[in-house]
Amino acid sequence: MAFLTLEKLTKKFGPHLAVDGLSLDVEKGEFIALLGPSGCGKTTTLQMIAGFVDPTAGAIRLEGRDLLAIKPAKRGLGIVFQSYALFPHMTVAENVAFGLEMQGVAAVERTKRVAETLELVGLAAFSSRFPRQMSGGQQQRVALARALVIRPNILLLDEPLSNLDAKLREEMQIELRQIQRTVGTTTILVTHDQAEAMALSDRIVVMNQGRAEQIGPPHEAYERPATPFVANFLGKTNLVNGTTVRPEKISFGTSGLAGKVRTRIFQGNHWLYQVDTDSGLVTVIRQNTGEAMPAEGAMVHLVWGATP
Amino acid sequence: MRAAPYLLSLPALLLFAGVVIVPLAMTVLLSFHDWGQYKGIEPVFILKNWQEVLSDSYFHEMFWRTFRIAFFVTLLTAVFGAPEAYILNRMKSPWRGLFLLVILGPLLISVVARTLGWALLFGGNSGLINKALISMGLISAPLPFMFTETGMVVALAHVLMPYMVLAVWAALQRLDPQIENAAVALGAAPFTVLRRIVLPQVMPGILSGAIIVFALAASAFATPAIIGGRRLKVASTLAYDEFLNTLNWPLGAAVAVLLLLALIAVVVGASRLVERRYAQVFG
Repeated sequence: MAFLTLEKLTKKFGPHLAVDGLSLDVEKGEFIALLGPSGCGKTTTLQMIAGFVDPTAGAIRLEGRDLLAIKPAKRGLGIVFQSYALFPHMTVAENVAFGLEMQGVAAVERTKRVAETLELVGLAAFSSRFPRQMSGGQQQRVALARALVIRPNILLLDEPLSNLDAKLREEMQIELRQIQRTVGTTTILVTHDQAEAMALSDRIVVMNQGRAEQIGPPHEAYERPATPFVANFLGKTNLVNGTTVRPEKISFGTSGLAGKVRTRIFQGNHWLYQVDTDSGLVTVIRQNTGEAMPAEGAMVHLVWGATP
Repeated sequence: MRAAPYLLSLPALLLFAGVVIVPLAMTVLLSFHDWGQYKGIEPVFILKNWQEVLSDSYFHEMFWRTFRIAFFVTLLTAVFGAPEAYILNRMKSPWRGLFLLVILGPLLISVVARTLGWALLFGGNSGLINKALISMGLISAPLPFMFTETGMVVALAHVLMPYMVLAVWAALQRLDPQIENAAVALGAAPFTVLRRIVLPQVMPGILSGAIIVFALAASAFATPAIIGGRRLKVASTLAYDEFLNTLNWPLGAAVAVLLLLALIAVVVGASRLVERRYAQVFG
């Protein structure tokens, strides 16, 4: 039996179907990403698990128990909100201790666990600061510590990294992954960022218009997308003569599909090409190996796996 | 180039000086002039009025009453206004606008008309409010509202409630919309969320609303004049009487200036306190 089960979960807002019969089994300790464009129902799904939104139909079970029958305050879930939703009038330590206080954990034990958790997220030195005095990345860690300290059944992450700049986001991805591995908490991440979903999760649920288009490991979803939507949403794709080809799988050769380089963009570790061919515009990504590459206007031949 | 900003703000500065600074300075000056029943106002510099105002227990009582009423009005508006603002903030679209109008309604009606309305409701032993309270079984004998501090506090609290509601509402709108959910998810009961999470964050709003309400209640004239009458005077009605009944303008000026100074002290002191307490947290 799965640890967490979503069974034909459905939510209607008026005539609009926000979540349409979503079924999902999550194993204990698994890291699941709900990935999709805005309005695909991923956040609504998260809020139904958290208990802030009541489903129109369907069931949520945690270790076989009906989660919907339990009040949000009693579900014991750790949530990191997009805005972090830290309590601005409390210090970092008070923020983190709040959940333990609500559980009635004794003061001595509370202090110990707060210190441990702040250590885990690398904020041991900041316990007496107020949230306003910290950077976005630090606030994000406080939010994570506040969610983890109560030893939640499930950790829910609602676009947790979207307010950070690109470099910090990458660092936090690595750290988040390490922390999740360390504590082993079953985690559900909601994101619209495919790179984030692929970097962090064991399995991705690609959602579109309230439905799961594909559920599977990131690598599988990327290499064998179940639908054109998944193929397009997970990275760039070319549709050449009815087959989909990833841009990084195409290389320049001496024979193959002929074309002319329309644009060439240098992106540091790789080159991004757009090539005009008889089959339409093809995007090509080539690793920057230091070798000379075809310039704009050059005539090239495109080669990929299936081409003879 | 550098003169342009000053030139542009000159008309407003002139108006401000003309209608605020100059009359205020003249009032301060007036409070040092002498006055006699038959000689009228004499433009001399004496401290007689100030000595009288500061030493006579008659004036002490009046100022003490003024600030006591202002304090209870502030307390009443905070106790009712803060929950009112919270409920208003949680209302959905059509209702919120409607009830906001209901709350702001008092501001659209003349203070005099509103206070006369209260006088009708209070009116004597057979007033509507007393009848209602008696028939609900809350009291056995009619309460005196007219010409009492209770009546003044109730009427002023109604008049000034919108200022408190708006101040608290503004603070509530700065709240992170997810903050209550965050507390609930951590296991907090609804009342705990209010007491530990919402209230501390809207406290600056309540305090700034309290400063406005206190200042307006302490300097209110129409409501104390109608509900309190000649019997129960406050600082502003006292100044009015000195000016227009006794015709002792210098004494009236001293009362008015003292009220102004006391209010400035209270307001500046309170906002200093608020700033010092919350600057670190809410920046």
